[in-house]
Amino acid sequence: MTITVNVNGKDRTVDVDEDMPLLWVIRDVLGMTGTKFGCGAGMCGACTVHIDGEAQFACQTPIAAVGKAKVTTIEALQDNPVGKAVQQAWIDADVVQCGYCQPGQIMRATALLKATPKPTDEQIDEVMYANLCRCGCYPRIRAAIHRAAAAKGTV
Amino acid sequence: MADETNPIQVSRRDMLRAAATAAPVLAIGIRFGTAQAATTAPADFKPNALLTIDGTGQIALALPKTEMGQGVYTSLTMLVAEELEVAPQAIRVDIPRGESGLFGKLDQGTGGSTSIRECWEPMRQAAANARAALVDAAAARWKVPASECRAQAGSVVHAASKRTAPYGALVAAAAALPVPEKAPLKTAADGFKVIGKPQRRLDSRAKVIGTAEYGIDVRLPGMKVATLAQSPVFGGKLGAADEDAAMKVKGVRKVVRLPDAVAVVADHYWAARKGLEALAPSWEDGANAVATQAAIVSSYAEAAQQPGNAAMGKDGIDAATLAKAMEGAVKRVSAVYEQPFLAHAAMEPGNCVVHVKDGGCEIWTGTQVPGSARDEAAAALGVPVEKVVLHNRLMGGGFGRRLEADYILRTIEVAKQVDAPVKLVWSREEDMQHDLYRPFYHDQIEAGLDAEGKPVAWNHKITGSSIMARLYPKYFKGVDADAVDGSVKTPYTLPAQMVEYVRHESAVPTSWWRGVGGARSAFVVESFVDELAYVAGKDPLAYRRALASDPRAQAVLDLVAEKSGWAKPAPAGRARGVALIHTWDTYMAQVVEVEKDAENGVRVVKVTAAVDCGQPINPLGIEAQVEGGIVFGITAALFGEVTIANGRIEQSNFHDYRMLRISEAPAIATYIVPSDQKAGGMGEPPVATIMPALANAVFALTGKRIRKLPIAKALTA
Repeated sequence: MTITVNVNGKDRTVDVDEDMPLLWVIRDVLGMTGTKFGCGAGMCGACTVHIDGEAQFACQTPIAAVGKAKVTTIEALQDNPVGKAVQQAWIDADVVQCGYCQPGQIMRATALLKATPKPTDEQIDEVMYANLCRCGCYPRIRAAIHRAAAAKGTV
Repeated sequence: MADETNPIQVSRRDMLRAAATAAPVLAIGIRFGTAQAATTAPADFKPNALLTIDGTGQIALALPKTEMGQGVYTSLTMLVAEELEVAPQAIRVDIPRGESGLFGKLDQGTGGSTSIRECWEPMRQAAANARAALVDAAAARWKVPASECRAQAGSVVHAASKRTAPYGALVAAAAALPVPEKAPLKTAADGFKVIGKPQRRLDSRAKVIGTAEYGIDVRLPGMKVATLAQSPVFGGKLGAADEDAAMKVKGVRKVVRLPDAVAVVADHYWAARKGLEALAPSWEDGANAVATQAAIVSSYAEAAQQPGNAAMGKDGIDAATLAKAMEGAVKRVSAVYEQPFLAHAAMEPGNCVVHVKDGGCEIWTGTQVPGSARDEAAAALGVPVEKVVLHNRLMGGGFGRRLEADYILRTIEVAKQVDAPVKLVWSREEDMQHDLYRPFYHDQIEAGLDAEGKPVAWNHKITGSSIMARLYPKYFKGVDADAVDGSVKTPYTLPAQMVEYVRHESAVPTSWWRGVGGARSAFVVESFVDELAYVAGKDPLAYRRALASDPRAQAVLDLVAEKSGWAKPAPAGRARGVALIHTWDTYMAQVVEVEKDAENGVRVVKVTAAVDCGQPINPLGIEAQVEGGIVFGITAALFGEVTIANGRIEQSNFHDYRMLRISEAPAIATYIVPSDQKAGGMGEPPVATIMPALANAVFALTGKRIRKLPIAKALTA
């Protein structure tokens, strides 16, 4: 069926089944590959996107459930001041290794900082727990979130 | 040579600029130290590393090793930047196609912590030769001795006459001159400008903004997407499948039946996935359907009773010598250790794009072995290797999984039946249940101690699956050299040492796994040395220091003791463990501090690591490998176990194959010993060291000696 979703500020009309996860609409239909497939079960967070500003698992979100909500992916995160600060902090803290999980990590960290501008380690753990990193970048992810929080404060 | 696209940094502006550059190009390659220059690389020229400098001065490096997160994209570029007297950021890195022999002695295959060790000399030499050629060209132009000119910041400078020529202006002249073959290399004493200095990763930005292209991100015109189900029992065959039901799913284009698998080809992954569900394949399980975990574990214990093959080579001793040394011992200590099968579980599931056409095929994927995978693909298709083009991409984790070409070969089987490029994507469940697993190992080890508690005799028998025998049957002479690595040569002086190996296979396919043989040995040797220290009534760190005669091993122990505060008791409720390794030309010691945890039995609070990896290339990269390797190793030691029931792998996704999460990650401090010794490997050592160090800390905390991994299961059972 024909469904219209707003992704990165643009209405996109796709002809897919209602139960198709947002992840595959983004990747295979709209052709935006920054959002990653990791587990297909909401257990790794590689597919994390923002739906009306909230971090959500795109692999667990049927396209029909998106409705009129605004979807933001890693491709458009630079347009958001908090997102941009997080991305810069990720570079400055030299976080990435293979990098595959990082779009998801960055999307979730941005949502965290929007809700909690100066998170403690415990608050970071509580939220970032949803995202796995097989390369083990966790110490630097934590450091980068603190760095982004500090940078944002000086804007 | 370099691929037509750069998965990291390609931008339209750069491509246009490159296309518009009609200026001559200086291409420098090396063939075992023989340098050649040419305006274009001749078809029969197979250099082992390739630099290109174009008329704009743009330096391009065809990366001879593959990037899977370990950082060669940055560290190998640093080697070249040092000799070319430019900043690493000035070099464009291209990921070359897979081509056996492209880089001469430097195989593109990337594993076993070999990249820096193999590339250290030849890549710097290639760059030094290029630099010397540019200096010669400038000297000839200015009619001054080359010895009066030097390279500086991308130009050649003649200080006396204050003349400067950028590299780009010299490439045409340099290409016409003979290129030095053995230009002198800079040394640490000359003062490195790049090597040894912290360098942030060069591939960060693309990975952070989502433009980095992994194999799974490849999209081609007309491409179909497929997913598959493989026989859940190893060796089983495909039975019935409801193809009509699958074809009724919107977007499904084809069902491809294979002897032991079935794939659904569709417009996108979701249609393929739904088609596979509708297909509901059944399987003929075959002989392995009766395989159980208990029977496999017992079969290893039984195999370990067989006589082993001597692994010590010329340093070996006979049974009589060992028996005599054991008789002289005041006390004998023995133990049996078991290490489970492990899945790789890279974040990027298995995938590959193949287009079979024109009597060959084109492949797009992320592989650790682009050269040999291309050879395997050609053999599988039965075509000359020239008919296969393999475009390599970044990998969302390798850990040894992508040293195997099975993803590629499976995709070729499917693509042969499809008249379009096909991207085959493994579900997480398929990926986990059809891995080639880290082997199960059964180790028997015994030591005889003198009155001081020092070993006077050592008897170690390793029983496990042999990856070397499977991959290199011609060279296998009864001992798997990888499996015994770190057991034959330990960091210690061990008199009357016997090491034996017994090959034993089960229904479970096995392959390389981060840490390889050195890590399997480290868990056993370092756990057992810890046991001996306690039997001897000695401090485990001091006991190791007394046994280790190598000053570099002693130095990392001293450093880790100092930085971890080993001399002071651990805070209340906590305990510490230590381990030491010397493998992959790297010395590492770690001290792990743990406390009790209700859920997992133990929680790792902090880890202190001291490393002597010879000449450090990128301290930031070394620290990243230490941090990442420790998290990877804690995951394995604490949670890692793949088990078999009814011939099937029981684990399927991250709920039952647990990964450490951020809330469980310890604080990690890394201390690097300054050194100008031969550069060592960094990918494996942290994994190898943390596993026994953690088990030893668990003993200090709970009094329970971990001889069977994983730890959480042992503590909470």
